[in-house]
Amino acid sequence: MAEKDLLTGEHFIHGDAACAEGGIAAGCRFFAGYPITPATEVAERMAARLPQVGGIFIQMEDEIASMAAILGASWGGVKSMTSTSGPGFSLMMENVGLGMMTETPCVVVDIQRAGPSTGLPTLVGQADVMQARWGSHGDYGCIALAPSSPQECFDYTVLAFNYSEIYRQPVFVLADEVVGHTTEKVVIPRREDLRIVARAEPQAPAHDYLPFDSAGPLPAPMAIAGAGYRVHVTGLTHDERGYPVITDVVQERNVRHLVDKIRKNADKIIRAEQIHLDDAEVVVVAYGCTARVARQAVEDLRRRGHRAGLLRLITLWPFPSQIVRRLATTVKAFIVPEINYGQMAYEVERTAGGGVEIVLMPLMGGSIHTPEEIEEAVGEYL
Amino acid sequence: MKVRYRALHPFDKEAEERHIQEDHGLHPYDEYLKPGRIPHIWCPGCGLGIVVTAFIEAMKQKNVPVAQSAVVSGIGCTGRVAGYLDMDTYHTTHGRAIPFATGLALVRQDLIVTVFSGDGDLFAIGGNHLIHAARRNVNLKVICVNNFNYGMTGGQVAPTTPIDARTSTTPFGNAEPSFNLPHLAHAAGAVYVARWTTYHARQLVHSISQAFDKKGFTFVEVVAPCPTGFGRPNKLGSGLDEMRHYREVCEVRNGADPSEVEIRLREKIIVGTFVDVERPDFMEHYQSLVVARAQAKAKSKGKGKAA
Repeated sequence: MAEKDLLTGEHFIHGDAACAEGGIAAGCRFFAGYPITPATEVAERMAARLPQVGGIFIQMEDEIASMAAILGASWGGVKSMTSTSGPGFSLMMENVGLGMMTETPCVVVDIQRAGPSTGLPTLVGQADVMQARWGSHGDYGCIALAPSSPQECFDYTVLAFNYSEIYRQPVFVLADEVVGHTTEKVVIPRREDLRIVARAEPQAPAHDYLPFDSAGPLPAPMAIAGAGYRVHVTGLTHDERGYPVITDVVQERNVRHLVDKIRKNADKIIRAEQIHLDDAEVVVVAYGCTARVARQAVEDLRRRGHRAGLLRLITLWPFPSQIVRRLATTVKAFIVPEINYGQMAYEVERTAGGGVEIVLMPLMGGSIHTPEEIEEAVGEYL
Repeated sequence: MKVRYRALHPFDKEAEERHIQEDHGLHPYDEYLKPGRIPHIWCPGCGLGIVVTAFIEAMKQKNVPVAQSAVVSGIGCTGRVAGYLDMDTYHTTHGRAIPFATGLALVRQDLIVTVFSGDGDLFAIGGNHLIHAARRNVNLKVICVNNFNYGMTGGQVAPTTPIDARTSTTPFGNAEPSFNLPHLAHAAGAVYVARWTTYHARQLVHSISQAFDKKGFTFVEVVAPCPTGFGRPNKLGSGLDEMRHYREVCEVRNGADPSEVEIRLREKIIVGTFVDVERPDFMEHYQSLVVARAQAKAKSKGKGKAA
C-alpha cells in the first residue's frame, strides 16, 4: 500500500491520468466528480486508484454536488479534488465561491474544451481563463496553473495542492483538451524529491484560536471537524471567529483578506518560463498546448537569426504583470496566440501599457495554432 | 492604478467577547450553543427554537458527544441553525448542505453528521442532492423543518406549499400540488422516515434520538409554524394558534404508508414514524465492493507501473 500512493518511475500516460497521479502523490484521498468530456479520464483514474491507497472516490449527481462534496471532505481533514470541463466548471462556480469565502483548500482540474455552452465537447479550447478568475460572484484572489504537457499535469497538480494548503483556498489546474489527451512520458519522482505541503494544524488553545484570522500575510491553520475547536464555517460575511457579521466594516476586512492573501504573496506564487527573452524584439505570450506550438515557432525564428522570445505563462493567475511590464519597455510587440477570442491578451495589453503593439491571434476552438502562422505574425515586427 | 482604501477596523477579540452575555452558561443547554450567538434572528412564534431544543435534548439523551458532532446547513431560516450550535458547524450554499455533508461524512465515519435545513433548501434547489444521498444511503441525519414557504425571503411559494395556499408569489392561491416529503424520502431510499410537528416536542426528541442510532440516511420532517411568512397570508393566526391547530388536526399513525401522508391546507396532518429499516450504508458497500477488490488487485499486480 505504501508504494501505491506514489508510483515513482517512468510512465507513458495522458495528461488526465497525470493530473490524477499528481493529486494522489500530493495526498489527495477524496475525489468527487461527474463525467464530462474531455476530463472523464481523470475521474476514471481516480476511481481505480483511490481505493488502492485508502481514499474514497464518489461520482456525484452533478458538478454542483461534486464541488460541495470536496469542500466537505476538506473540512473533514482530507485533501480533496475534482475535475471537469467548461460546462461543469460553470456549475462549480457557486461552491467555488463558498470555498473561497470559507478558505477551504482543494483542487479543481479543468480540462478545457471549446464553448460556450456544450460547444465542441471533444475538442480543445482555452476560454475558461477568465471564468477561472472571475467566475464566482464577489471578489477573491485566484490561483490557476496551466500545464503544457502530461508531465506538467502531474507537477502542477502537486503544486496546486501545495498552494491550496498554504493559501487555504480552491486552486485551479487549467489544462486543455490537447494537454489532457496527449500521451507522453511522465516521470514521477521519488518521495524525497517531491515537495508536499501537509495540512497545517492549529496550535493555539481553542479560546485563543481565530479560524479566519486576517491579520497576517497568510491564513490561519485550519481546524478540521472533530479537532475540538467547534468552528462555525459560513459563506456569509464573517469575523475572524467565523461568526456571521452583516456589516460593511467586517465585509471590508473579510474580502480584502481573501484578495490580499494572494495579491500580497503574488511574487511567491507566480511561475513563468522565460525563453530567449534577454534580447527579444518580439515576445510570444502563450500557455497550455499553445505554448508548445509557440515554442516551436520561436525556436525556428531563432535558428533563422531572429530575436524572438517566448513568455510561457504557468500561473495564469496571478498574472506575471511585472515581467510583462519590464518587457514592454524593450520589445516591439507581444504576440498572444490563444484558443479563445482574447482573454490573456487583454491582461497583456493592460499590463504592457500603450507603448507597445499587442497582437491577439484568436482561435475559437477545435484546433491549435500552427508554428508557421505564429512565425508569420512575429515576422511582421522583425 | 493607485488604490485608496477606506480605513480598516482590525478585529478586536476582547471587545467582541465583551459582547457575549455574562449569563452564558447558566442555561443547561448553553454548552450546546455558541457563546454570544443568542438571541437568534427568528421571528416570534417561529417553530425553529423548538426544533433546535429537541435536537439538543436528543443529543443529551443519547450522550452524543459535541466533539464528534458536525451540523451542516443550507440557506434560509433553518440554515441559520448551524451558526447557533457550539460544535463544528457548516453553513453552506443554498441547497448544497447534503453534498457538502456527504464529503464530510464519507471521509469522517467517526463523526455524527446532521443536516439541518428547510423544505425549500432541501426539496427545491437541493432536491436532486437529497434523493441521491438517500439512494446512496450516506450516513447523514437529515432534519427538515417544513414551514411550507420560503421564510427568509419573505414568504414565497415552495414545493411544500399546499395547493391553493397563499404566499407572496401566489397571491391568488397556489396552482401547484406539493411534495409529500416522507413519501419522497422513502421512495429515494431513506432507512428512517418520521414526521412530527413542533407541537410534538417529545416525540420529535425521540425520533431524532432514534435517527442517531441508525446508520445511513435518516429523514425527520418537522412541520413548523411560520406566522410571518405562511401564517399571515393564509389567516392561520399566531404561532401559538398554529400549535393549537396541530393539536387539533394531527393524527399519530406510526407505520403509516408514506404515500398516504400528504399535507393539505387546514386538513388533517398524519404524524409518526413511517419507515425504520436496515440496509448497508454507502461506506459499507464501498468497503466490501470496491476497496477490498481494489486492494486485492493492487497486491496481485505488485509494485511498479500503473499505466
